Amino acid sequence: MSTFKFPPSITSRPVYGTLEPRSGKHHLMIADAEGAEALFDLVEKDPDLIAHAHIMYFPAADDTGYAEKLKAFSPSKLYVGPSYSAAVPRLRRILQDAHMGLQVYLAGTEGLMGQAMSEATNAGIPHTAIQTEHRGSVARRMQCVHCKGITENVVTDPFTCSHCGLNLFVRDHYSRRIAAFQGVCVDAEDPGNVPPKRELYS
Amino acid sequence: MTIQFNDETFRDDYTFTNSERAIKRFPFPFHEDSYMYSVNMEQHQGGPEGSIYEKRFDVDEHYISEMKDRALVLDEDPLRCQSLPHMTLAGWDLLELIMVSKSEDYPDLFELHRDGNNWHWINKPLGIEQKFVFMDESTLPYGPMEYITRQTQGDFALLDQRDENLWMDAGTVTTQADWSLDFDIGMNFFEWHAPVPLAAEMGVFKRALKFLLNIQQGMPARRLNWTMTVNPLLDTSPENYHKWGVQKTTLTPENVGQKQYLRVELQTFFRLPRSNGMVFPIRCYLISLEDLVTIPKWGRRLHRVIRDVPEELATYKGFIDNRPLIVDYLSKFDDGAPTSDGVWPD
Amino acid sequence: MSAGTNKIGVVVTDIVPLNELVTRFKFERADGGLLPTFSGGAHTVIEMKDGETTRLNPYSLMSDPADRHAYTISVRRDDAGRGGSLFLHKNVRIGDEMVISYPVNLFALDLRAHKHLMIAGGIGITPFLAQIKQLSATNGRFELHYACRNQALGSYVDDLTTAHPNNVHVYFDDDGQALDLENLLDGQPLGTHIYICGPKGMINWVRDTAERLGWPREAVHYEEFLAPQSGKPFTVKLAKSDLEFEVGEHQSLLEAIEAAGVDAPYLCRGGACGQCETDVLEADGEILHRDHWLEDDEKESGKKIMPCVSRFEGRIIVLDR
Repeated sequence: MSTFKFPPSITSRPVYGTLEPRSGKHHLMIADAEGAEALFDLVEKDPDLIAHAHIMYFPAADDTGYAEKLKAFSPSKLYVGPSYSAAVPRLRRILQDAHMGLQVYLAGTEGLMGQAMSEATNAGIPHTAIQTEHRGSVARRMQCVHCKGITENVVTDPFTCSHCGLNLFVRDHYSRRIAAFQGVCVDAEDPGNVPPKRELYS
Repeated sequence: MTIQFNDETFRDDYTFTNSERAIKRFPFPFHEDSYMYSVNMEQHQGGPEGSIYEKRFDVDEHYISEMKDRALVLDEDPLRCQSLPHMTLAGWDLLELIMVSKSEDYPDLFELHRDGNNWHWINKPLGIEQKFVFMDESTLPYGPMEYITRQTQGDFALLDQRDENLWMDAGTVTTQADWSLDFDIGMNFFEWHAPVPLAAEMGVFKRALKFLLNIQQGMPARRLNWTMTVNPLLDTSPENYHKWGVQKTTLTPENVGQKQYLRVELQTFFRLPRSNGMVFPIRCYLISLEDLVTIPKWGRRLHRVIRDVPEELATYKGFIDNRPLIVDYLSKFDDGAPTSDGVWPD
Repeated sequence: MSAGTNKIGVVVTDIVPLNELVTRFKFERADGGLLPTFSGGAHTVIEMKDGETTRLNPYSLMSDPADRHAYTISVRRDDAGRGGSLFLHKNVRIGDEMVISYPVNLFALDLRAHKHLMIAGGIGITPFLAQIKQLSATNGRFELHYACRNQALGSYVDDLTTAHPNNVHVYFDDDGQALDLENLLDGQPLGTHIYICGPKGMINWVRDTAERLGWPREAVHYEEFLAPQSGKPFTVKLAKSDLEFEVGEHQSLLEAIEAAGVDAPYLCRGGACGQCETDVLEADGEILHRDHWLEDDEKESGKKIMPCVSRFEGRIIVLDR
């Protein structure tokens, strides 16, 4: 099962929904790993969508056939890439030529959805018009508030900033612009006293 | 009256002081012996003579030193001043609002001469004289928001209004109570307040937003907010928390009166005419407990407020660990006598 | 906690009939000073002393927002209305002193937009005149599509097409010219925002078409001032103020409340801003909701009314005011 029910949190923390077909002539779908399952469910709701769908997909290293299954749907365009970051220039190019009415569907990890949403909003789509559905890992993309470096795939609280090495605790405060949660020094008032790491949501 | 400007620091050796006049006009925020959130808005249309409410933008004895401190912060971290591309017009609105207000309210300190769009600004305390073309960024050394906020005490959040919400899309923030402009820029009113405990459940933000959205030109509003800071440190930023956080552990029963400060924010709200945005100036005033208790009513009342404030709030405001020390100190100035209503000294 | 509006005393310094229906009025400050700047799309509320009745009607400011010497508005005569526009057309003369409100903007440009697509119908052109001046001064990208009955009634058509030949497109109904809306909306670049001002039917047509083509709600802005409609007189009781009085046939509920000496909040007086929302304590009869502020379920609940445009038919309505 690739779904996870996030506990209620503060208002800056993103809330994810379930992808629903919307009217529009063009549909851009971006997913990673188990996010593919959300696209399968979406296409099941409206099989006509796939003929106008441009899919960008980033399979996990141990992909067990999601990419093949997406291909079998014969979407209008399908790009399967090694990583989201490698595909950013491609995504920007696609958005550059896109028109109002484009529907954007994001599915998978929070990091993928957050970063793709930031590109789409920069291109001029209001964030509230972009659909998201969380699937797969609950790892977080964290920004160190001190050095501003981003640490990807954070699964413990606290964690060590991959840039400046400070021990940071994981906040639920989230920036859509940066597409990251906020990490703040955990031992500022008592240097060296770092609580043991716990897995997120454990 | 002419202001005697202090030469003082808000870091390292902390030579900041309040004169007797500054103590008397300190914006003590508690109108009763307890505290809970409220949408405590009122019109910002002047106030008692000599009070911090009298002018649209209060200039006091700390002006020159606060501006030096701001310049140091911005040199170290330019991300403390940012403006999303669509906010330039609001920046000009802010520059105009401040220049017009200050030159009218303090004609001995500031002058603004306008000939169409050719403007001539004179800031005597900072020794600045600038001729520039209004609405032409290339004629100023910084963007309009940065230019004027380097010359005005207090933090500034510039808000865009759209979709029945306010969006923090620009600002200069170097004297903040532990929030990051760089992280919060682009958020709406509910999102940037998300970390504040209790208030959302109480419906405070919904009511506050409704009030703010309807603020019209020429009808600014204001409220006070408060927290506690160890040392007269203006820049209590999350960015530097790993550097200043440890100062909170240096309080002792002997030094708490000198080192513990009550930090009060005068928050004002102005509609900006050209952009239909809003500016939200957040002006920080600091007072040591030692100075505060020289006003007997304030000493009594602060003791009762700090003692009784809910734990979530004391944690959020960052003084939960030091509360016993602070309460112990203040208790010596509370004889249990009743206090009069309102914030003003008896 | 009602937000107030500042008032400005002005003198009428020019009156220019544009065509058989529309007249332009120019106001300058009575004290000779400068007026506040404003943002394109803002309106002012004009106070009119029409005999015993005081009318407060909103009109979009059409002058250059950066010009502080004068404000101008254009008023279309509504012979079937309650008299606000007729009063301006017939009773107001150059040199008259009047009172107007500070500008209020409920139809602002979204300054993030990569492109502003404006759609105007008839007198709905006025807010766009100010917005176009604002955008021209800041190099904003815009396109105006303006539908009107014919050349003679097309206020400002010549000015606009002369000043902005590539950005302004005019459609005359009498010549069978019509906007190909679907085609227009189809090719717009990401980041385009639509603004509509005109009759209700036009607003609904554009909003529905945009929704069908997948446009986000936040990118579609519209302004429709509803003029309060006349109706049968009815009795209102204000519970807090402990007053009971009659609302006349050609008087709005808000005007009647004000005439009774009760200070009630308002901004747009056109059913759009939500400021005058009032709780209904009792209603022995039917509320005639005419605003576009309340949600449908709120209207059905019978617990809320917008007194600027909505009325009541029945024995008595009791308000929490």
